[in-house]
Amino acid sequence: MVCNTHRRCADLKLVSSPKDPQSTVATQPWNNPKLRSFAAQTLVLALVGAFVWIVVDNTITNLQRLNIASGFGFLENPAGFGIALTLVEYSEQSSYGRALLVGFLNTLLVAVIGIVLATIIGFTLGVARLSSNWLIAKIATVYIEIVRNVPLLLQIFFWYFAVLRALPLPRDSVSLFDVMFLNNRGVFVPSLLLEGSGLVLLISAALGGVAAWLIVRLSKKRRAETGESLKGAQLAPLLVFVVPVLVFLVSGMGLKAEVPSLRGFGFRGGWSLIPEFVSLLLALSIYTAAFIAENVRSGILAVSKGQTEAARALGLKPSPILRLVIIPQALRVIIPPLTSQYLNLTKNSSLAVAIAYPDLVSVFSGTVLNQTGQAVEVIAITMTIYLSLSLFTSFVMNWYNRHMALVER
Amino acid sequence: MDNRLLPAGAALVVGLVAGFLLYPSFGDTATDTPNVDASDGAEPTPAAPASLPVVENRSTLDLVRERGYVRCGVSQGLPGFSNPNDSGDWSGIDVDICRAVAAAVFGDAGKSRFTPLSAKERFTALQSGEIDVLTRNTTWSLTRDTALGLDFVGVNYYDGQGFMVRKELGVKSVMELDGAVVCTNTGTTTELNVADFFRSNGLAYSIVAFEKSDEVVAAYDAGRCDAFTTDASGLYSERLKLADLNDHVVLPEIISKEPLGPAVRQGDDQWADIVRWSLFAMVEAEELGITSENARDMKTSQNPPVRRLLGVEGAFGQNLGIPNDWAFKIITQVGNYGQSFERGVGENTPLGIPRGLNALWTDGGLQYSPPVR
Amino acid sequence: MSDHFVRTTHAPAKPAPRIQIGWVRWARENLFSSLLNSLLTVIAVVLLVVMLPPFLDWAFFSAVFSAVDGSACRVDGAGACWAFVEAKFGQFLFGRYPDAEKWRVVLTLILGIAGLAPLLIPNRLPRQWLVAYLLVPFPILAFVLLSGGFFGLEKVETSDWGGLMVTLVVALTGIAASLPLGVLLALGRRSEMPVIRMFCVIFIEFWRGVPLITVLFMSSVMLPLFLPEGMSFDKLLRALIGVALFSSAYMAEVVRGGLAAVPAGQYEAGKALGLTYWQSMNRIVLPQALTTVIPGIVNNFIGLFKDTTLVLVIGLFDLLGIVQSNSTDPTWLSPQTATTGYVFAAFVFWIFCFGMSRYSVFMERRLEAGAQR
Repeated sequence: MVCNTHRRCADLKLVSSPKDPQSTVATQPWNNPKLRSFAAQTLVLALVGAFVWIVVDNTITNLQRLNIASGFGFLENPAGFGIALTLVEYSEQSSYGRALLVGFLNTLLVAVIGIVLATIIGFTLGVARLSSNWLIAKIATVYIEIVRNVPLLLQIFFWYFAVLRALPLPRDSVSLFDVMFLNNRGVFVPSLLLEGSGLVLLISAALGGVAAWLIVRLSKKRRAETGESLKGAQLAPLLVFVVPVLVFLVSGMGLKAEVPSLRGFGFRGGWSLIPEFVSLLLALSIYTAAFIAENVRSGILAVSKGQTEAARALGLKPSPILRLVIIPQALRVIIPPLTSQYLNLTKNSSLAVAIAYPDLVSVFSGTVLNQTGQAVEVIAITMTIYLSLSLFTSFVMNWYNRHMALVER
Repeated sequence: MDNRLLPAGAALVVGLVAGFLLYPSFGDTATDTPNVDASDGAEPTPAAPASLPVVENRSTLDLVRERGYVRCGVSQGLPGFSNPNDSGDWSGIDVDICRAVAAAVFGDAGKSRFTPLSAKERFTALQSGEIDVLTRNTTWSLTRDTALGLDFVGVNYYDGQGFMVRKELGVKSVMELDGAVVCTNTGTTTELNVADFFRSNGLAYSIVAFEKSDEVVAAYDAGRCDAFTTDASGLYSERLKLADLNDHVVLPEIISKEPLGPAVRQGDDQWADIVRWSLFAMVEAEELGITSENARDMKTSQNPPVRRLLGVEGAFGQNLGIPNDWAFKIITQVGNYGQSFERGVGENTPLGIPRGLNALWTDGGLQYSPPVR
Repeated sequence: MSDHFVRTTHAPAKPAPRIQIGWVRWARENLFSSLLNSLLTVIAVVLLVVMLPPFLDWAFFSAVFSAVDGSACRVDGAGACWAFVEAKFGQFLFGRYPDAEKWRVVLTLILGIAGLAPLLIPNRLPRQWLVAYLLVPFPILAFVLLSGGFFGLEKVETSDWGGLMVTLVVALTGIAASLPLGVLLALGRRSEMPVIRMFCVIFIEFWRGVPLITVLFMSSVMLPLFLPEGMSFDKLLRALIGVALFSSAYMAEVVRGGLAAVPAGQYEAGKALGLTYWQSMNRIVLPQALTTVIPGIVNNFIGLFKDTTLVLVIGLFDLLGIVQSNSTDPTWLSPQTATTGYVFAAFVFWIFCFGMSRYSVFMERRLEAGAQR
């Protein structure tokens, strides 16, 4: 044998002309990188293929042997159980598929509101930690270091069980002006019902949005041409709210408020937030905010000091410096880790199962799985949904990153 | 780019083919090696790869004997039914069924191991063979008996779903619970029963369903819900975990039938028979007045049913595939059904549950054993 | 003589204005530098005054430090029930692990620390041997010691394991398994072979895209159905597999960052020297890549350590799980028991995680110092 060790083979390879692959193949087939890569990939493919095959076959065999029902037909069967919080119409006669939708929407609900709250708290904390005020900076640091290093599940339990115990029973509710109530069944606020068409308001909001967009565009164009901004253009986004309110006032639509009242066991009427939702939301946003704060801090620190100095030399005032120079640059650093925090929050919302908030995992991988016993199908559906959510988010994020990438002129 | 994609494509095809080719050999080695030797000279075996594995022949009884102990799935701690003490010893009426099976098979009730399972895991654990018997206060229902691949072998506790509320609410009947918030466990029949009951009676309700029973109790105790519902026996048991159990009252109505019993995997009739008759032996023993104390003396009894049960006459154990003194071992080591009941959940335990439906049929209850003959 | 007066020495310096020295100056600069800052300071002080005293009162002044049962904690106005933690401390550490066998857990811990400590502190000991010890002989030793059943050690079922011990077992197994797996996956994701790269991408993105809780559900109710009949894994082991796969995907992404940070010249230099792929990875690329991402790896460990609490959802009793299940113990039941337990658990987790994060900062500083040289 000519070549026993790798080193020797490598030497040989160096001697033979690299431009002539034929000669390498002729000498030793296993020294041909293409062949080796082919063999390695074949092997991996075969192993993975065999593994998947075995798992699938085992599962099918087991299901058949044990007479366990399989297939997705169960999604159309009536669910038969109640759910405490439903955003779409749902009753006990609805199907399992409907229950899946209810759970999914509940997950989205807590995730979206949680993301908004966490972003607000997180940015505030991140800036506070860099504050020149010693006390504020220290408080922010202590908050971040405590919250970040305690498991989220524990925080959820704390908010749920400890706070639940501290709140009064419905008849001893804490009330605000006798229209808002707080007790261990949740928060109750008066509901506002619109008399008239909500669609008109939606359309007017959309129109306001379009108008705002046009104004901002015009202002940008003006600035590019003349260096002068359109006066008041910053206020344009408010049109989204202002237009519908005007329409509402002009058209004479009315609002009907319903104040919650204590009847029987608890409050009826009005809008209510169940404690499971409130504590999950609090825990999720407080926890995620600590991480967002760290991202924000490092994002701001990443903007070089020269930028501030240059802006100051140009005669900008502190507020525009922050708004026009620091934040746009910091955002570029902050956004990618921010997205992964958003994704984490969404995935973490599955901890709802521990405190009975009816989210996707709790309703579907919990109750439905238990009622139907079809573990494989139920878990597969749940995982697919989360997977699509996170793939979708990273897709949007990649698009955004490309959009935001520094274009050097 | 193309240079690298070409081998990859080829690898994909070859790999898939190789995977498919590889698989049958995997299957063979996994199922039965002697088979390969045998098929050498004989006709080729049918191509269907391992759709009905040869392992099927190995009965649960053989597996249990080989292992040396019976594995039972129990709750994660439900006093009276299956509950561990601080040193990890399990007790309760569900645990007794498992010990009885061990006594029947091995002549030693101690040859039993307990796997605590959540409501969610219990059926998978049984289906997959992680446990041999499920004795976890599980309701016998048609779906579970069929679509889940289980076989219920009997009822060791006739139960029904009840409600518990705070005394201060002044509620006397379930019908007064209109608009109440109800706490319960997920993954149980109770969740469905509540929905059925409230709907059919036109009552409004809101349900909060927790994964673990400890969480249900904690939430109820914290005032999250007005009523706590589960099997009546469960109410008696979970009530012990409340701050002051005199502040709470169990409502008189029982809204469902909850026959709780041991379950085994479908398709192993012999094993199902062993578990079924272990339970019946305990009931029969109570009916015949045989207790753990007097079983030895009763062996000399002239009463034919007693002699048959204790294995003095006939070969009933052999028919089950276990020793003839199976019932004798169960009775001496575990006791009869009444003894097990009194020890676990009876009037003198903290649970203090009366026999009620679970009295012998001779006393107006439902516990009834087919004759041992 | 000249009558000019020329001062030959400096006049003695006047003391700085009072507001420019000591704490006054510090406060002016750090607390009251502007109107907004002054306002914020006032708000912060008010917040502290409102929140701190009640907390201190709860945690120390009104707290119950020693008691035989929960009655002292049930008194109105009682603070934290530390006596509960004291009474249950053994359980919080070891779960229901038999008393006589606890030395085995302690011994395992000592063996682990003996291997780990020299690795963490910068020194000249042969690292590869320590790593090898931690990755191969130590897990085997730990398994034999903890689980027993060999060499005359009594078998301790994993259902009796609990408390901090389970937390550490899950976390350390996850860490030990995820590091090598993560490195392999990261290398695979950067591989030039499309098939391997594709599999690694799919694997990594799959596990990163789903919540850990569904992974745990999968391991507890789905995994048993994947296995051939008659084969079953212990429940804890199944959870460990889930955690290990999950965390290896996250680890792979951290390592990938490190690999990307190694300049291409290093890879090329390895090739130019005629090293094989594995040789150049082993000796040139990985040592550099892993060193740069030590902080990231530690952060990953912190996340994993916190995530171990999720196993309580599938019915394993980690530290949080055992605290939760003990807080429904009727003898210790009081309005403060659960809160005290949670605060205690939070404190323990905080110590571990904060310690790790400080270590990560320390390593980051060291690495930066090294890079400047």
